[in-house]
Amino acid sequence: MTKLLAPAKSKVLFLGNEAIARGALEAGVAVASAYPGTPSSEILESLSGIAGERNLYVEWSVNEKVAVEVAAAASFSGLRALVAMKQNGVNVASDFLLHLTASGTRGGLVLVSCEDPGALSSVNEGESRYFARMLEMPLLEPADFQEAKDLTKWAFALSETIGNVVMLRSVTRMSHASGNVICGKLPNRKPRANFEYGGPVMDSQTGPMISTPVVAKHLLIRQKLKTVEALFEKSPFNRYAGPARPELLIITSSACFLYATEAVGLLGLQDRVGILKLATTWPLPPRLVTKHLQSANRVLFVEEVMSFLEENVKVLAAGRPEQMRGKTFFGKYDGTLPAAGELNPDIVAGALEKIFKVRRKRLPAAYAAAVQKAGALIPPREQTFCAGCPHRASFWNIANAIALDGRRGFVCGDIGCYSMAALTPANGYHTMPTLHSMGSGTGLAGGFSQLGRFGFDKPILTVCGDSTFYHAVIPALINAQHHRADITFIVLDNAGTAMTGFQPHPGLEVSALGETVPAVEIAAICSAIGAKVAIADPFDLENTGKILTAFLREKGPVKVLILRQACALSPQKKGKKTFEVEVNEDLCLGDACGCNRLCTRIFRCPALTWDRKKKKAVVDRVVCAGCGVCAAICPQKAIIKKQGTA
Amino acid sequence: MKAKTPKVTQNLILTGVGGQGNVMASRTLAGMLVDAGYVVTIGETFGMSQRGGSVMSHLRISPDAVKSPQIPQGGADVVVALEPLEALRVLTVYGNPGTSLLTNARPVYPIGVITGERDYPSDEALREAFDALTQHYWLIDATSVGLELGNPVLSNIVMIGALAKTGLLPFDRKMFEKEIRKTLSADKRALNLRAFDAGAEMI
Ligand code: SF4
Ligand code: SF4
Repeated sequence: MTKLLAPAKSKVLFLGNEAIARGALEAGVAVASAYPGTPSSEILESLSGIAGERNLYVEWSVNEKVAVEVAAAASFSGLRALVAMKQNGVNVASDFLLHLTASGTRGGLVLVSCEDPGALSSVNEGESRYFARMLEMPLLEPADFQEAKDLTKWAFALSETIGNVVMLRSVTRMSHASGNVICGKLPNRKPRANFEYGGPVMDSQTGPMISTPVVAKHLLIRQKLKTVEALFEKSPFNRYAGPARPELLIITSSACFLYATEAVGLLGLQDRVGILKLATTWPLPPRLVTKHLQSANRVLFVEEVMSFLEENVKVLAAGRPEQMRGKTFFGKYDGTLPAAGELNPDIVAGALEKIFKVRRKRLPAAYAAAVQKAGALIPPREQTFCAGCPHRASFWNIANAIALDGRRGFVCGDIGCYSMAALTPANGYHTMPTLHSMGSGTGLAGGFSQLGRFGFDKPILTVCGDSTFYHAVIPALINAQHHRADITFIVLDNAGTAMTGFQPHPGLEVSALGETVPAVEIAAICSAIGAKVAIADPFDLENTGKILTAFLREKGPVKVLILRQACALSPQKKGKKTFEVEVNEDLCLGDACGCNRLCTRIFRCPALTWDRKKKKAVVDRVVCAGCGVCAAICPQKAIIKKQGTA
Repeated sequence: MKAKTPKVTQNLILTGVGGQGNVMASRTLAGMLVDAGYVVTIGETFGMSQRGGSVMSHLRISPDAVKSPQIPQGGADVVVALEPLEALRVLTVYGNPGTSLLTNARPVYPIGVITGERDYPSDEALREAFDALTQHYWLIDATSVGLELGNPVLSNIVMIGALAKTGLLPFDRKMFEKEIRKTLSADKRALNLRAFDAGAEMI
């Protein structure tokens, strides 16, 4: 039995995301949908593992908007449903959500947004808490693992009480951290789905699920939020710890609560600082917040990433000027805490040092000097494509084709492991000067291609991954084809959503439930819109190079090259080597070779290293994945590949 | 060796390079300690940060409370490193004069070193720095043992075996055996136990 189904009362080590999944199970969730994105993916992944046993419907949807729609249909039919995504997924889903909060929901519907302060695995540090306010849905933020489970469970009940979607927000340091959780009971219900729609338009249980009449429905949302406020006033998930009249009140939520607690402990300020940890952060419970504000003259907001709590508390305070006289607020607005990036205990301790004019115990001077000395020895370790990654070969091909073409072509980038092609200097061949949201590479490429009339003369390429193709590229691609955009569109098809752990997508014949489903072919879609399509293996440098060179020369609308090769970490490849590869030291000319170390200086596979004593290339067999590509790039043919284990 | 039972929070950082089995090692350790009655918090990042970059797991082993998933600077009691350069990187941020270090000896070269733009510290420089930045350190060649056992990734289990022997944390072979029974098949368990024992012998 998996630990996700551990019996009631057992103490289990759960990842934050697993705790959220367990909370949903304890609430009797029937349907769960998501689009994979770090740090959210483990929620659906763990639910899909037990879907059969618990009779759930679990789906990796094509994108976040569709995921919410799938979950909403379940809710309209009286079932409890959960939908999960990373922070920018909420942007994608927001159009539907705007209308969903107006139509309302029936069965408990919980939207989980896992955010990434500091962008540890993202190309943005967007904040979706503002969506809760903008779209007028209640917002919950767990501050530890037990709470992640318990709040999720409660969120379903809350959603049913008010008949609206509830948002639960986590962050990387919660979702991907682990801790002890005591399990509750798993219900034994057999829910039945039934959608009623014949009743009066304002009847939330029997009427149609629509956002009109708009103003009446909007007023209804405001009423629902008043109910929520009253419930939040009494929520046991909001807690205060500290003296009755603290010298400083910290208001915080989520992982920041743990940082704040640690920082107060580091400075020994427990008797002087109080911490109000809020789990119900929108709408704020006004009486609770006001009561604590009155207990202290100085207030510090500790939160990530933007100043959401700070702004909302200040709005509350502005409504009570006589009670708030003489208060000083510290936070992001006054620069006490940094305006961007993630926080940690040290940063919060630094803020407390400033406010209290105290100093934390420092390391002995001799130790600090040794740290300085050692620090100078440490080279950075840049992110790079894995050894044996198909993308390294693809970008090698792309860079060479662009160089051969000679007109300084460039690639509009997109989101996936291949975004690393935009990093410098992890790759010896930089070709990706734009990088934004999913699908934007194709939209931008289409736009650039229309600029010929203004003198724009560079060839335009764009890339996307297989999962991204379905998620958001299709409209941009149709737009490009329809407007005769002269672009080379390259699909880096590595057979799964590699970056987030190989979740299936519509191009594969397997679903989240493990069932066999029809694959929707990328090549067929591209052909159907009239684009010219070729398919190649990026490890076949010669053939791929030929096709790319021809595409760059060819005038005319969209040319599609699908580069197919599975990710080096994919389950089918992991631990197996297609080739055993080694450098023949007699053939390798080392520094004397005219290639100027093409292999190690430019190609940059982490497994192909340089022996500084022998001054020759050498393959690190521990790191090498056995793709064999390096054998093709050595002009001396000094890198030898033999058939390997796979 | 008899392990000491922490009354205050013990902070351990497990570090290495993406792909070395860092996450599996931290989960295994934490699983044992939760069963032993501790409140364990692990702070980790995965996703893009795994692709060849430095990885770190912060383990907080507390008798009673959930802790910040990020250890404060200078706050590591124990550092376990699957790669020596990463050991040094962690020590310069989280080390203090009382820190103990257990590190694998086998380097994984960063791209900047492979291309020749940067230097990897020499063995002597590494040892000198470990000397200055720890109370005590152990440097063992866990990767070679992993290779002998048929898979270099077993080096993470070799390190856990070695860590058990140092007595720095309250766990032993019996607890390890019980922990891997939750997740591994019988033949994999036997191999992991051999790796564990090989590690213990290196201390
Ligand atoms: S995970 Fe796969 S796709 Fe991503 S960098 Fe590694 S090999 Fe490439
Ligand atoms: S075969 Fe060559 S390119 Fe492929 S992983 Fe091994 S060293 Fe790197």
